[in-house]
Amino acid sequence: MPTTLTIADVERIAALAQLELTDEEKQIFTRQLADILAYAEQVQAIDTSGVPATAHVNAAQRTEREDEPRPCLSVEEAIANAPDAAPDAGLFRVPRVIGG
Amino acid sequence: MNGLDTTATTLRNDIAAGRLSAVEVCRAALDRIGTVNGSLNAFNLIAGERAMARAQDIDRRRAAGEPSGPLAGVPIAIKDNIDVRGMLTTASSRILRDFFPPYDATVVRRLEAAGAVIVGKTNCDEFAMGSSNENSAFGPVHNPWALDRIPGGSSGGSAAAVAARCAPVALGSDTGGSIRQPAACCGVVGLKPSYGRVSRYGLLAFASSLDQIGPFARTVADAATVLSVIAGADPCDATTSTEPIADFAASLTGRVNDIRIGVPRAFVTEGVDDEVRRAYEAALERLRGEGATLVDIDLPHAKYAVPVYYLICTAEASSNLARYDGVKYGYRSSAAKDSLKEMYSRTRDEGFGPEVKRRIMLGTYVLSAGYYDAFYLKALQVRTLLKRDYDQAFERADVVAMPTMPTPPFKLGEKTDDPLQMYLADVFTVSANLAGLPGVSVPCGFSNEGLPIGFQLTGRMFDEATLLRVADAYERVTDWHHRSPAL
Repeated sequence: MPTTLTIADVERIAALAQLELTDEEKQIFTRQLADILAYAEQVQAIDTSGVPATAHVNAAQRTEREDEPRPCLSVEEAIANAPDAAPDAGLFRVPRVIGG
Repeated sequence: MNGLDTTATTLRNDIAAGRLSAVEVCRAALDRIGTVNGSLNAFNLIAGERAMARAQDIDRRRAAGEPSGPLAGVPIAIKDNIDVRGMLTTASSRILRDFFPPYDATVVRRLEAAGAVIVGKTNCDEFAMGSSNENSAFGPVHNPWALDRIPGGSSGGSAAAVAARCAPVALGSDTGGSIRQPAACCGVVGLKPSYGRVSRYGLLAFASSLDQIGPFARTVADAATVLSVIAGADPCDATTSTEPIADFAASLTGRVNDIRIGVPRAFVTEGVDDEVRRAYEAALERLRGEGATLVDIDLPHAKYAVPVYYLICTAEASSNLARYDGVKYGYRSSAAKDSLKEMYSRTRDEGFGPEVKRRIMLGTYVLSAGYYDAFYLKALQVRTLLKRDYDQAFERADVVAMPTMPTPPFKLGEKTDDPLQMYLADVFTVSANLAGLPGVSVPCGFSNEGLPIGFQLTGRMFDEATLLRVADAYERVTDWHHRSPAL
């Protein structure tokens, strides 16, 4: 089944990805993403029945450690790069979330 | 001193013996960067003052009789997607144009503990997404061998800096070829270690199951020395391996008469430029002449590696780059003051460049309901098949040889309108990342137009020692690495 992509699809994906695209970007991406997906579809013809997925090549490795506190960034350091911070309160400031 | 037309090993030994001072070497590096960066655009940031202070410290310690580290006084350039505490780190993105990391990457901490002197941060494709370095928010890097050509990507600045003798060594990151491919384009050595060999802590994540930091150098021995310094388990990166670390430089014996080189003839076929093919065949013959055995191998799923790679890396990128939202760090759009959601989406549209948006979109699509199984899960299964291909190949061969790139470096602007054509430049490099294997590109010739060509070797998991031994043996009997671009 060949992939077809519409402007509406691109708008739906952009919304999921939190990207507000311009009309021009929507046009370009509709064409380019359709091309790339059409090319990528060749993988669908490969027989992978019973083949496990490899998400990660070192997945079997043990990663447990003791649950002990270790040094970490101070609040001051953590908010130092924020475009809008409230240093006295030690908070990141963002636009209104509810209402408004 | 006249530029830095020497190796890290020589510089380090000359400084340790008092024949050169770290300050002289650092000044020479900074002078060279000042001379060539206007035409190359290889550096996003030149850290002159900090570098000179570090060099003075190295000289002071030596004068006090303290032991010299393995890279004491050696200038190194760092790709601008690796965190250096307090030093502007942008990933060549507008969205991070004023980001000052509050901590060092583990590789940076280890390099500085070994005495290396960071001279600057190198230009790259935005968030390491690209094969030509044309996706940088700060403009493309120019190839030192021909300024109208790409330096390769995404670590193009690091490759160009080493080729142009700005520093004998540099760090890059390789997610689908981003060290090996620019190394080939710029005529230098580029090493992607095994996945898990080097800590990714402090590397700005692109595709976490594929990303790996590694060195650029002008000799395999220098790359081996840097690898020994940066490798090893790190509690800050749970994917780092506890495999023992060899003294990689000590494994370079020059001997290959016990080595079987796997040649995937059926895969190295269409789309490969004639000059690249001839250089590749000549490199194989050269190694055979040194006593290595060539064996035919088959990698039946390698032809799917590019689509599989772009399905997986974009999926991971779409998740990793969700963090750039104008809240914790980086750019925030001033256009949306009244709604959080609008602030996110405006910030991301204004902050990211076209290729990054394209990949976030593609990754979001392949992970979305209705497409996950057909694209993302399928790609993960084919990744398993590709990994099995390599497992079988390594029963018959000790290393696998391929060209690094199917063509010599192409012209800037040649493929920018066609992302799919650009992706195909990665055909020989992405497999190693998907399988987690170490790979190295070494110079193996020049095109008629004088453009560098790279020869790629891929090794067994965590067997960088054998991989580097073969690469070094080839380097010993060739002189490509002695040539310098006329700048």
